[in-house]
Amino acid sequence: MKSKYDILVIGGGPAGALAAKTAAEAGNTVCLIEKRPAIGAPVRCAEGIGKDLLKEYVKPDPRWISADIERARIIAPNGTTISLEQDKAGNEVGYVLDRKIFDRELVWQAAEAGADVIVKTRATTPIMENGAVRGANIISIGTPGEILADVVIAADGVEAQFARRAGLDTTVPLRDMMSCAQYLMTDIDIDAGSTDFYLGNTIAPEGYLWIFPKGDRTANVGIGISGRRSRDGSRAKDYLDRFVAKNFPNGKMIEAIVGGVPVCRPLECTVADGLMVVGDAARVVDPITGGGIGNALFTGRLAGQVASDCIAAGDCSKGALMAYDTGWRNSKMGAAIERNYKVKEYFVTLDDAKLNTLADSIASASLKEFSVRAIIKELIKRNPKMILELKALRDALS
Amino acid sequence: MSTMLRINRDKCGYCGTCVAVCPEDALELIDAYLSLEGECIACGICARVCPLGALEVSNEE
Ligand SMILES: Cc1cc2nc3c(=O)[nH]c(=O)nc-3n(C[C@H](O)[C@H](O)[C@H](O)COP(=O)(O)OP(=O)(O)OC[C@H]3O[C@@H](n4cnc5c(N)ncnc54)[C@H](O)[C@@H]3O)c2cc1C
Ligand code: SF4
Ligand code: SF4
Repeated sequence: MKSKYDILVIGGGPAGALAAKTAAEAGNTVCLIEKRPAIGAPVRCAEGIGKDLLKEYVKPDPRWISADIERARIIAPNGTTISLEQDKAGNEVGYVLDRKIFDRELVWQAAEAGADVIVKTRATTPIMENGAVRGANIISIGTPGEILADVVIAADGVEAQFARRAGLDTTVPLRDMMSCAQYLMTDIDIDAGSTDFYLGNTIAPEGYLWIFPKGDRTANVGIGISGRRSRDGSRAKDYLDRFVAKNFPNGKMIEAIVGGVPVCRPLECTVADGLMVVGDAARVVDPITGGGIGNALFTGRLAGQVASDCIAAGDCSKGALMAYDTGWRNSKMGAAIERNYKVKEYFVTLDDAKLNTLADSIASASLKEFSVRAIIKELIKRNPKMILELKALRDALS
Repeated sequence: MSTMLRINRDKCGYCGTCVAVCPEDALELIDAYLSLEGECIACGICARVCPLGALEVSNEE
């Protein structure tokens, strides 16, 4: 292991892998460290992603695609189902990935591009010099060490401790943390071509329950609820167990995982002198869907590009790295996060009766497009009497 | 160091959710081992968010 690189990437998830690959391809010396002993495991994800989004970063490969999805269904508390079909909507729906293989493939690509990859190696604290990040103190299989770098890219996921210790506030408010549990289940009756989202305060308060197929009779069955609704007896696992007992009493669980999805607003600023923050660590998850893979890939790649430019220009100050922050904020992704945060803030106020009314109003609609935006537009169009009530949604769209 | 936080490691699914909400940056997830490394103020936020209920805080307000 060398102890000085152009770029040090902390975390081997999708964000870190894309940052490392991009920076290595640009000719930089790059080191990626991952604290876990294995990339991609355990999986902390329902593994759903839009096809178009994925294809922008990597060529789809059957080795890490578990299922091809043709429709999505949103199921209201009273059972009303809003169905979004691929052949009716203009765009494609998505894939359910196998992230154990997918994450490895991305890190493999970074390594092939020339990046050093070191596992079971944890960044503990930033090395600071005159207020600037100059590298990281690490513990590598029990041995303390230092890695210096011109730019450190923090891709350390939901925990986001590296940026925090460099002075950025990454703490997620309790109300904006989705507390999640998921079982990979087999031997269950499902529609293998549909991703299903169940809404309702008795099913998943301020969140949703999902069934994402991984094969004919296999699926990720999981749930996310708001941290503020989580307490003894009504935690994510309790809600999930109730749903599974009722709907899949004979299903078999072959994996049980938990996790947190930050659905807060992104960090106020995602750069500092010598530091960039990407993916979940930057809090760029979509606040409505909880999807973060695509945004991790996007911010990871962009950070890799901007870091390379700054190193070539010999200026890795906050001011120079700001091109990354403004870049993602002004992107389609940045705008969608801002809009969907407002949409989420509206939806968490709804009781089951209102959710039912809204679902009933658009259940028969044939949506032209497969997106949060299209659903919101249809809701506004079909509920003229709720014009005041839906003002928050209208404002979010404008 | 405070001993007001109890970690039930038989329950913990080592997901790091508690780490991200702790206002004091007191928790650290070392692979599969959650550890209290910093000063805990017993605010109870971590115990609330845990999907499994693996944390217990006494003196919770
Ligand atoms: C239950 C659940 C379901 C989800 N479902 C979906 C979904 O269906 N679709 C979707 O798009 N998104 C989903 N997400 C979100 C998605 O998993 C994340 O947004 C995505 O993994 C973020 O990628 P990342 O690279 O930023 O972080 P991560 O994938 O979390 O990677 C961060 C890595 O950094 C490592 N690390 C942390 N600290 C250190 C350190 N100090 N030193 C070294 N390494 C460190 C971690 O071990 C980890 O491997 C879900 C999340 C959860 C919890
Ligand atoms: S939130 Fe719960 S399961 Fe996750 S690491 Fe913390 S104590 Fe363990
Ligand atoms: S009780 Fe509060 S301060 Fe203590 S570890 Fe939990 S979140 Fe952190």
